[in-house]
Amino acid sequence: MGSRASSLLRDEEIEEIKKETGFSHSQITRLYSRFTSLDKGENGTLSREDFQRIPELAINPLGDRIINAFFPEGEDQVNFRGFMRTLAHFRPIEDNEKSKDQNGPEPLNSRSNKLHFAFRLYDLDKDDKISRDELLQVLRMMVGVNISDEQLGSIADRTIQEADQDGDSAISFTEFVKVLEKVDVEQKMSIRFLH
Amino acid sequence: MQPPTGPALASAPESPPGAAPGSPLLRWQWREVQAPCLVAGWILVASLAKIVFQLSRKVTSVVPESCLLILLGLGLGGIVLAIAKRAEYQLEPSMFFLFLLPPIVLDSGYFMPSRLFFDNLGAILTYAVIGTLWNSFATGAALWGLKQAGLMDTGVDAGLMDFLLFGSLISAVDPVAVLAVFEEVHINETLFIIVFGESLLNDAVTVVLYKVFNSFVEMGPAHVQATDYLKGVASFFVVSLGGAAVGLLFAFLLALITRFTKRVRIIEPLFVFLLAYMAYLAAEMVSLSSILAVTFCGICCKKYVEANISRKSRTTVKYTMKTLASSSETVIFMFLGISAVDTSKWAWDTALVLGTLLFILLFRAVGVVLQTWVLNRFRLTPLDRIDQVVMSYGGLRGAVAFALVILLDGDKVRAKDYFVATTIVVVFFTVLVQGLTIKPLVKWLKVKRSDHHKPTLNEELHEHAFDHILAAVEDVVGHHGYRYWRDRWEQFDKRYLSQLLMRKSAYRLKDEIWDVYCKLNIRDAISFVDQGGHVLSASRLTLPSMPSRTSMSESSVTNLLRESGSGACLDLQVIDTVRSRRDKEDAVMHHVLCGSLYKPRRRYKASYSRHFISPSTQERQDKEIFQQNMKRRLETFKSTKHNVCSAKSKARLKKDGRKKQKKSAANAELPNGKPPRSVTWQQTAAVLVAVDSDDEESDSSETEKEEDEGIVFIARATDAILQGKKASGSLDVCPSPRIIPPSPTSAERELPWKGDRGDLAVYISSETTKIVPVDMQAAWKQSISSLESVASPPGAEPGPHAKTVAGPALEERQMMPEPRTCFQFPNPLLRSSRPQSAGSPERTEQPELQPLMAPDEQGRMSTAAGPGNSRWLIQFNRPARFSDG
Repeated sequence: MGSRASSLLRDEEIEEIKKETGFSHSQITRLYSRFTSLDKGENGTLSREDFQRIPELAINPLGDRIINAFFPEGEDQVNFRGFMRTLAHFRPIEDNEKSKDQNGPEPLNSRSNKLHFAFRLYDLDKDDKISRDELLQVLRMMVGVNISDEQLGSIADRTIQEADQDGDSAISFTEFVKVLEKVDVEQKMSIRFLH
Repeated sequence: MQPPTGPALASAPESPPGAAPGSPLLRWQWREVQAPCLVAGWILVASLAKIVFQLSRKVTSVVPESCLLILLGLGLGGIVLAIAKRAEYQLEPSMFFLFLLPPIVLDSGYFMPSRLFFDNLGAILTYAVIGTLWNSFATGAALWGLKQAGLMDTGVDAGLMDFLLFGSLISAVDPVAVLAVFEEVHINETLFIIVFGESLLNDAVTVVLYKVFNSFVEMGPAHVQATDYLKGVASFFVVSLGGAAVGLLFAFLLALITRFTKRVRIIEPLFVFLLAYMAYLAAEMVSLSSILAVTFCGICCKKYVEANISRKSRTTVKYTMKTLASSSETVIFMFLGISAVDTSKWAWDTALVLGTLLFILLFRAVGVVLQTWVLNRFRLTPLDRIDQVVMSYGGLRGAVAFALVILLDGDKVRAKDYFVATTIVVVFFTVLVQGLTIKPLVKWLKVKRSDHHKPTLNEELHEHAFDHILAAVEDVVGHHGYRYWRDRWEQFDKRYLSQLLMRKSAYRLKDEIWDVYCKLNIRDAISFVDQGGHVLSASRLTLPSMPSRTSMSESSVTNLLRESGSGACLDLQVIDTVRSRRDKEDAVMHHVLCGSLYKPRRRYKASYSRHFISPSTQERQDKEIFQQNMKRRLETFKSTKHNVCSAKSKARLKKDGRKKQKKSAANAELPNGKPPRSVTWQQTAAVLVAVDSDDEESDSSETEKEEDEGIVFIARATDAILQGKKASGSLDVCPSPRIIPPSPTSAERELPWKGDRGDLAVYISSETTKIVPVDMQAAWKQSISSLESVASPPGAEPGPHAKTVAGPALEERQMMPEPRTCFQFPNPLLRSSRPQSAGSPERTEQPELQPLMAPDEQGRMSTAAGPGNSRWLIQFNRPARFSDG
């Protein structure tokens, strides 16, 4: 399977993806075979249904939001490049990357990109602010049924109060970063990709 | 023999009167009470010393307590030596292993931050097994080399085996010392758990090596055969796995026993201690690793025990364990100091001492670096150089090594005196020098400290989101590694273990147990307010979301973490101090969240956390989430097609309340002949989801639950979510939303009882101050106070008053541009006043309706204040709750 998948992937394409995402060659081919196995339509792109077919995602409270994060604005198909670009957010930061990030564009797996990924899950209307409503929606997804609305509302309020610095009753990305500055985002937003 | 302690002497009891004819009234019976009296006396001295140390924060912030205790021990030992002319009160190995060590190990096992522990189990095991083996052999061999090179005094009469024996006992990192020192350093959790976990788990290796080499030495190196080496290797597996097995066995027994202690609550905690101790003794008896036994017993029994025993017992267990562990530790360090004074055991050899010091530091560093290099290839977050430095430097030796060296047979191991002296020096050096310098070192190296800041809501939420995200991404990527085994285990646990080991109520309630926990905590907070003499006021109702929470003591944070069970609290010795009200609120909020957040299906790398995740919660929650998601998808699908927004029906009343309402409903001419149903209508068109009132009646507890959920729906979340929520809660069988064509009669929409309950709760919550329009504040406050008086037993009925004020205000409110953000109105308001758009027939009903409303209200409040009331009323109910008990 893996060899067949890699044969479908042109070398220059792999090189480009490598450059863009930082994945290794073997990781890319491995993920490509995963990509093709998800691609039931066999048209080189994934649709939302393809993602929703993954059984575990259906029981992930944020599953739909995360699936959406894979799709570029306004589109309902994602190609392998886009797929990899999203996954690259979760690549662990390697030691040699820490030093060289000054030059060139910020790598996709940088701390702030990781955070931005999470931020976008909340920020539905893309106004770079998490409003109370948006927060409540996510809360509602993550919280079990046996918590009352009242509590939920006060949780949301408190969360915003905690983070809000400019008094607009919403969490901007800056505030989001600030409030998580003590969290080891690099670790908590990374998974190990098999080599 | 005079004990040096005044209190101990003073407590010598009087003789029983008339014990012997003709004897004096009082008789000196020191001999009979000597032993217990000395024990009590020493513990008292040690505890008093702790108080004295804590008097000066300046000293304790620089010098670890363990150092101070050792120094105190040295001083006391000197005094004893001066008075008695000979060294007394040594740290006896038997006393140490049988009485002092078990509480510490049990404490660390029971309160082990389990997720962290199992996350890093690979690294911990590597360091514990391979690291310890390496240290022992390298140290022993190097010392032997030193001896061969002729650098050691000829008095040190030891061969290779002796040195290897010595190496085995000196190279084990000591859990007591590590715990004592690292607790005060507050390095980051991963680092701590690795060092600490290593120190606990290396016991098996130490025990085996020590025993094997000891027997070799006793046999004489010449008689050791190849099979003996093989036996040594085999015995490692027997000792370690056997120890763990004994621990598991006793954990099982313990869990089973606590299942049946319902009627003997008072001795529940005793079982915990007794069985854990039995595990220790049993393992010791068959010479398995007793530390492993207790550690695993503690880790594994916790889930079931905590589910079975009562809350008070849990507290008792916690405190007793902490007390025992803390006093043991204190005594150990003090006695280490005292024991060092005994020069009769000493035989000094500079080369041996310096060589040992050098080698243990050197080889530990080398070992750590090599192992880390290998481990980092498999770790998500590699341990960097600074971590490695701390790990190497944190290899403290302690009382275990000392006790082991004392246990050596002086006849067989001829260099015992040298070894004793060296061990004492090593222990003192590691505890005093390394213990003292590790803090500045950590500061200097800028090691990531454990964040001792309060876990903010934001962090908690977002980290939770991170976990979900990671789980999802792993699914997308398609990594399936640990899950298989974890699932297998969870199935097994759910099907057999939990059913067997948890009492039925606990097993059944496991889903709700957190829920209950939250409620209890809320009640705690309430009683706290009560104690503080706080008058319930409208402003107090904004309880959980006070702005600017300032003073937050650290201790309460650790406390929160510990109580939450899932968090990692490393400060194993700390238990809670008095909390401020703020902290209490935080605690409440924390617990609410902790209990109700969906657990991520799979946390990254938590390969073993299966012990601690309650699987049925998992399953139920999976179902819930699944249905929610499907719901949402369906909804978005539908809404795009029909452009329909749905609204909720929430006919969730308790029986009394419902009856009363039926009455009023009858008066109000029931529309459609349907049972009264409350409709919260949101936005333009409404879809009704009908809930049969018969359903509710049939299962009142369910009804209650749904009532909670009902509130949930009114959230400002999208309709789709609301819909999904609803279905997951009550319409399990039928996941597709029941949609009644979006044409509710205007009467249905505007009937007085329809904008109710849930909104009430929302209204009370923190938003009060923000959202209630200025012109309504007065009315709001009044209605609050009316509710209070209703809730507190025989109150006056100020309802009408509130209503009259509220009426006009409401109408204004209705005009406001953004009705949705402001949700609905509290009962009294809505009931009395109709929206402007209300049909005229209803309006005319208003007068006759009004008298009915007051009793209705009261009835509802009182039902709600009953024992099984639902949460949405919780804040209103305070007074009633107090009176109800």
